[in-house]
Amino acid sequence: MVVLPKIPIGLWVEIIVEWAQDNLGVVFDLVTRMIEKTVTVIEQATLSVHPIVVVILVFALVWFLTNWKTALGTAFGLYLIYNMELWKASVETLSLVIVATVLALLMGVPLGILTTRSNLVHKITMPILDLMQTMPSFVYLIPAVLFFGLGQVPGLIATVVFAMPPCIRLTGLGIRQVPVELVEAATAFGSTEWQKLTKVQIPLALPTIMAGINQCIMLSLSMVVIAAMIGAGGLGSEVLAGISRLDIAKGFEGGLAIVIMAMILDRITQSYGEKRKIKQV
Amino acid sequence: MSQIIVKDLVKIFGDHPEEALKMLREGCSKSKILEKTRQTVGVFDINFHVNKGEVFVLMGLSGSGKSTLLRCLNRLIEPTSGTIDIDGQDIIKAKPDMLREIRQKKISMVFQGFALFPHRTVLHNVAYGLEIQGVSLEKRREKAAQMLEVVGLQGWEDSMPSQLSGGMQQRVGLARALVNDPDILLMDEAFSALDPLIRKEMQEELLSLQNTMNKTIIFVTHDLDEALRIGDRIALMNDGAIVQTGTAEEILTNPSDDYVEKFVADVDRSKVVTAESVMKAPTPVVSLKDGPRVALRLMKEHGISSIFVVTKDRKLVGIVLVEDLIQMVNEQKENIIDIIHQDIPKVNMDTPIIDIIPIIAETRFPVAVTREDNRLMGILVKGAVLAGMVRKGGMNGSVA
Ligand SMILES: Nc1ncnc2c1ncn2[C@@H]1O[C@H](COP(=O)(O)OP(=O)(O)OP(=O)(O)O)[C@@H](O)[C@H]1O
Ligand SMILES: [Mg+2]
Repeated sequence: MVVLPKIPIGLWVEIIVEWAQDNLGVVFDLVTRMIEKTVTVIEQATLSVHPIVVVILVFALVWFLTNWKTALGTAFGLYLIYNMELWKASVETLSLVIVATVLALLMGVPLGILTTRSNLVHKITMPILDLMQTMPSFVYLIPAVLFFGLGQVPGLIATVVFAMPPCIRLTGLGIRQVPVELVEAATAFGSTEWQKLTKVQIPLALPTIMAGINQCIMLSLSMVVIAAMIGAGGLGSEVLAGISRLDIAKGFEGGLAIVIMAMILDRITQSYGEKRKIKQV
Repeated sequence: MSQIIVKDLVKIFGDHPEEALKMLREGCSKSKILEKTRQTVGVFDINFHVNKGEVFVLMGLSGSGKSTLLRCLNRLIEPTSGTIDIDGQDIIKAKPDMLREIRQKKISMVFQGFALFPHRTVLHNVAYGLEIQGVSLEKRREKAAQMLEVVGLQGWEDSMPSQLSGGMQQRVGLARALVNDPDILLMDEAFSALDPLIRKEMQEELLSLQNTMNKTIIFVTHDLDEALRIGDRIALMNDGAIVQTGTAEEILTNPSDDYVEKFVADVDRSKVVTAESVMKAPTPVVSLKDGPRVALRLMKEHGISSIFVVTKDRKLVGIVLVEDLIQMVNEQKENIIDIIHQDIPKVNMDTPIIDIIPIIAETRFPVAVTREDNRLMGILVKGAVLAGMVRKGGMNGSVA
């Protein structure tokens, strides 16, 4: 019997990671500091006002964006969080989710557009996305910790990596779904590529792109507990603490707060997409 | 004067046209080339010219290459070889910037499925061409609104396209194409998606617009009826090539080969269909005692440039022309008898179309239909006569 030599895939990845650590340390440091700063600013700003004031402000905002029912539900949910004494943890989590989502969108939307521009990019991107989505999310934690140490930033980076794929996919899908004849019409009137993109393709793909953004936020929230394992803090660590101490009450309350946040963010982003759809009909 | 001259145009779909091109030159068939080289021949060896202000119709069966040819003219499809001179410039050689400018200013397009932008209001659809040229908001609103008025859609500016009927949507499409005042209009089966009545209405509207605007129009259709109605000249396509180019009469009376003959097979109807069934009512007419001003007013009302003169009991006397009438008015004369042309073509009610066509082709007047006692019964105009031959539903009914 021939014994095939073991292909050292794990070793290769290790080598790459080590090389990056040695040579790109400055970059990682910079990224870390920038992200930390942004998250802290959002956090501090929110915490500097009394929670009840925040609840009222969010109530008004949601009412303006959607309808009074959703706004009322939102206000009630937020009050419940405050009442459970999870306000600070929730704000931490929210800041993290917001920054992670924004980063994921900043990279995901242009990447999604890029996949529609070139077949090569499409062919390279799709298997990577498959990999990113099927890989257990814990695995992202390892390089994240190696590059960025423990704390909020590696948790956030892992979240971005995990949440970005649907954004790329749905952006690409939305743009590819725009009827060929419309793009042709735009071309026939002498549009530049940029004009075609901004005046026809993106506006028409917007409902689908919004669905991608929604997915992105939901996935970010689902990473909260996992990110807490490497010290990202927030509601995730409440849940983790609950688990490790077998404290059912604490664990459940933390989980409930996450669900409330997810519902609020979901309703806000979804209603925006729906509003546009109605306008188009 | 020729505005568009197309020479030796070839379009082969696929990555490796060289081999296919060689086989084409050797006279291989499209299907054989597809089988051997996996390349599709779209159009091949296309030569034609279009005059300024002309309505040029590309006609042919499905898959004959009409759309491909039309899209080569503004390079929505990149031609494989050949030249397309537009006002003396070969647009195949135009650089991207130049090409965009040509598309913005010179050539516009109207699409079969309308291709209106669903997220923009009617006004903003029409203004699109101006918007991408960087025309100011105020100016483009003004121009777009003007254009909407021309196509009869004032009041619909702020509607969304989906709120409009098909015919109205295509009016928007037409307005959008006309707003930057292009010289050339490409129309790919622009009216095919409309139901027959609306379609006819749009054809007439296009013709009346064309009367005032004088664009060079290239119109793709697979409907012989439509081609005869609106085309000054017609090119018949088959299997990627143009098989015959000419006026409607030339093609109908002188088909160059079997294919064309089959295409216009309804011509047989011309032996059966008589003047009576294609003539229009004998109005307006003037009587001998009417002055030139009355005649001119009637002509203006009906948008015609000549008018028949009849006696009190409607017997045909002759025809008077607008230029003569105007001269009379200027010279302050009153009696139109002096300017009546009496030697005009006349046919009977039962004259078959086939005998009418040569007459219509020769004369510059409308043809009068009279009874034995010389009473005026009807008037024949070219479009209606030609259309009368294919009324049954154009080539769909006859060839397919
Ligand atoms: N993008 C393309 N790739 C490959 N082949 C094409 C492409 N576009 C058109 N063809 C082929 O070129 C030929 C001519 O097509 P074209 O669309 O010009 O026909 P058409 O006369 O406009 O027909 P229809 O009346 O159905 O619109 C057909 O055989 C078609 O299959
Ligand atoms: Mg076509």
